[in-house]
Amino acid sequence: MSSSRKKLLLMGRSGSGKSSMRSIIFSNYSAFDTRRLGATVDVEHSHLRFLGNMTLNLWDCGGQDVFMDNYFSTQKDHIFKMVQVLIHVFDVESKSINKDIEIFVKSLTNLQKFSPGAKIFILLHKMDLVQIDKREELFQIMMEKLQKISNPFSFKLVGFPTSIWDESLYKAWSQIVCSLIPNMNLFNNNLIKFNNILDAEEIILFEKTTFLVISSTSSIQQQQKQQEQQNDGGVMNLDPKRFEKISNIIKTYKQSISKLRTNFQNLIIRGANGTHFYVDILTDNIFIMIVMKDNVGENGGAAAKGGSAVDSHEDLVVLENIKAARAWFESIEAAK
Amino acid sequence: MEATLIPNPKDSNATILLMGLRRGGKSSICKVVFHNMQPLDTLYLESTSKPTTEQFSSLIDLSVMELPGQLNYFEPNVDSERLFSSVGALVYVIDSQDEYLNALTNLSMIIEFAYSVNPKIHIEVLIHKIDGLSEDYRMDAQRDIMQRTGDELLDLGLEGVQVSFYLTSIFDHSIYEAFSRIVQKLIPELPSLENMLDNLVQHSSIDKVFLFDANSKIYVATDSSPVDIQTYEVCAEFIDITIDLEDLYVDDVNESTYGGGQSNNNRSGGKDLKSVSHLSNGSSLYLKQMIRGLALVALIRNDEVNNLSLDSTLAIIDYNVNHFKKSLMKMWENSRLVYDQDGQVGE
Repeated sequence: MSSSRKKLLLMGRSGSGKSSMRSIIFSNYSAFDTRRLGATVDVEHSHLRFLGNMTLNLWDCGGQDVFMDNYFSTQKDHIFKMVQVLIHVFDVESKSINKDIEIFVKSLTNLQKFSPGAKIFILLHKMDLVQIDKREELFQIMMEKLQKISNPFSFKLVGFPTSIWDESLYKAWSQIVCSLIPNMNLFNNNLIKFNNILDAEEIILFEKTTFLVISSTSSIQQQQKQQEQQNDGGVMNLDPKRFEKISNIIKTYKQSISKLRTNFQNLIIRGANGTHFYVDILTDNIFIMIVMKDNVGENGGAAAKGGSAVDSHEDLVVLENIKAARAWFESIEAAK
Repeated sequence: MEATLIPNPKDSNATILLMGLRRGGKSSICKVVFHNMQPLDTLYLESTSKPTTEQFSSLIDLSVMELPGQLNYFEPNVDSERLFSSVGALVYVIDSQDEYLNALTNLSMIIEFAYSVNPKIHIEVLIHKIDGLSEDYRMDAQRDIMQRTGDELLDLGLEGVQVSFYLTSIFDHSIYEAFSRIVQKLIPELPSLENMLDNLVQHSSIDKVFLFDANSKIYVATDSSPVDIQTYEVCAEFIDITIDLEDLYVDDVNESTYGGGQSNNNRSGGKDLKSVSHLSNGSSLYLKQMIRGLALVALIRNDEVNNLSLDSTLAIIDYNVNHFKKSLMKMWENSRLVYDQDGQVGE
C-alpha cells in the first residue's frame, strides 16, 4: 500500500547538520562519529522500516548551492512530489540568514505547488552553541519570523530547538515520526488503560530499531494537563532527559549482547530502593518499558519478610500482564 | 611527607605499585580503570609529578600507588626499602610502541632491588599500548620482551623470580583482564572463593560466573572454567546498564547504589539490586548485588536437559546466590577479624 510509504524531505543549507542527525537517529552513530561525515552530494535516499509496515523514505538533500539550484529548477517535480513531511534545518549560528530564508521560501513555494498537504517541521539546529538563557528567546523570535513567512502559503509550522549533543534532537524526531503514525490516539488510550491496571510509575513505548519514543504515560498525562489547565506542581521530579538516556542505554546493551550473537528478549531490574524496571518486547516492532515503585507504606514490610519469593511472583505478574497486552497492541498495529 | 605516602607494612599486603618509564601510560591506566574515564580523553592527561594513590575496596582493601617515571628510587631520600617491603605486587608498564630496551634495564634493576627487600612480591609486567601493533607483531614483541627480561635477570643471578606478562591496551578490555588477575593474586581467600563459585556453577546451570567490583569492572574471582573475553565484556557492560538505568529513577542523588563503595553496607533496610535479562538464544544474564561494592554476574544457559522451566531455574539460582552471599559475608567478617587482631598486635 502506498499510504504506508512516507516521503520525508530533509532540507537546509550546506553544513547545517542534516546528515549528522540522520546518522545519529537511524544509523546508531554517536555524536562524535558525525565528524567523519563528508558533504552530501546531491540527494541521498534512505529507506527505513519503522513500526514494521511503515516505510520512511528519507531524502537527505545536499545543501550546497549547486544542488539547491537544481532542486528548484530542473528536478523540482521529482523532489517535491508526494511529500508527506518537510524537515527544514536551520543552523542557528548561520552567517547568512537571508540566504537561508530565501531557500526556505523556495521550498515552500514548490511544496505548495506539488504537495500542499505536507507537514512542515523546523529544526533550529546547533542550539548548543547558544547561551543557555538566550535559547528560549531566540527560538521564539525565529519561529515567529518563519511562521510569518509561511503564512501566505498557508502552512502551519512546528518547530524544535535541537542539538546533536543532547536529547533535544531525539525528542524532535520522536515527535516528527509520531505525527506519521495514523492511530496514535489508539496507542495512547490503550497505554493509559494498561497503566490503570498496572498502576506503574511510568510506561514508555519504544520503536524497536531506532528506539525512538512512540508514547509514554507521563507525556500523555502532560498533554491532558495542558488541555485542562491544571497545575498540580511537579508530581514527579524525574530527569527530563531520561527517555533519551534510556534509549542510549538500551542501544548500548543491544550492541553489547550482539557479541554473544544474540538479541535480548527482556530485562528485569529490581532496584535497591524499591524501583523496578521491566523492558520487554510488546509487539514485533515495539519495546515496552515499565517502571514500578514499591508502596513502602503497605507492602514494604511484607515484601521484606517474604523475600525473593514475593519478588519473583511480582515479576511474573507484570510479565504476564505484558503478554496479555500484547494482543491488544498487535491489533492496533494491524489496523493500519 | 614521604612517610604518609608509604603504606604501613602492617596494614595488609594489598598495595599495588604501578611503575614504569615516563609516558608509558600509567596515569591513563589509573584513570580508565578506576575513574571510568573515556580512553580517548586520556590524551589530555598531564605528566604525573608525584606519587598518587587510588583506594579500591573489594573483599579486601586495595590501594594502587602510581609512581612517576622520572623519580629515581635509589636516591637516599626515598625510602625505597620500606616502600617495596609493604607492597604486594609490582606492576611495571612498558610502552610497546616505543623503544623498550631502556625500560627493560630499568625493570630488571627494580626487580633486583624489590626482590632483595621483599621476596614474596608479585612482579607483573604490562606490555602496554598494543592497540597500535599488528596482530603478528604483538606476539613477537611479547616473546622478545620476555626473552630479554629473562636474560637480564639471569645476568643478575635471579633465576627463580616469577614474572608474569600481560598484553594490554586501554581501548579494549585487556587492561581490566590484566588487573583482575593481578588483584586476584593478592586476595588470600581466592581459592575458597573460587571453590564457592564452582559449587554455585555446578548446582545452578550457570555457564560462567564473575564476582565483579562494580566500580572498576575488575573481577575479583570467577569459576574455574576458562574466561572468554567476550563473555567478560558482556557481563561487565551488563553492570553498567543496570546501574545506569536504575540511577535514572533515583530521586536523591546521594542514594546511588554504588556511589560510596562502603555506603551500601550500612543500608540494611534497602534491598539488593538485582537484574535478569533473557536473551533470544535461551540463555540469560543475571546480576545480583553482593557486599562491599561487589556484584555477582552470571551467564545462565538454557537448561532443556533437565526439563526445568526458566522460572524454576531462576528460583534455584536465587536461592543458591543468597547462600553464596551469606558465606561471602561470613568470609569477609572473618578476614576483617584477622586484620584487626594484627593491628592490635602491631600497636
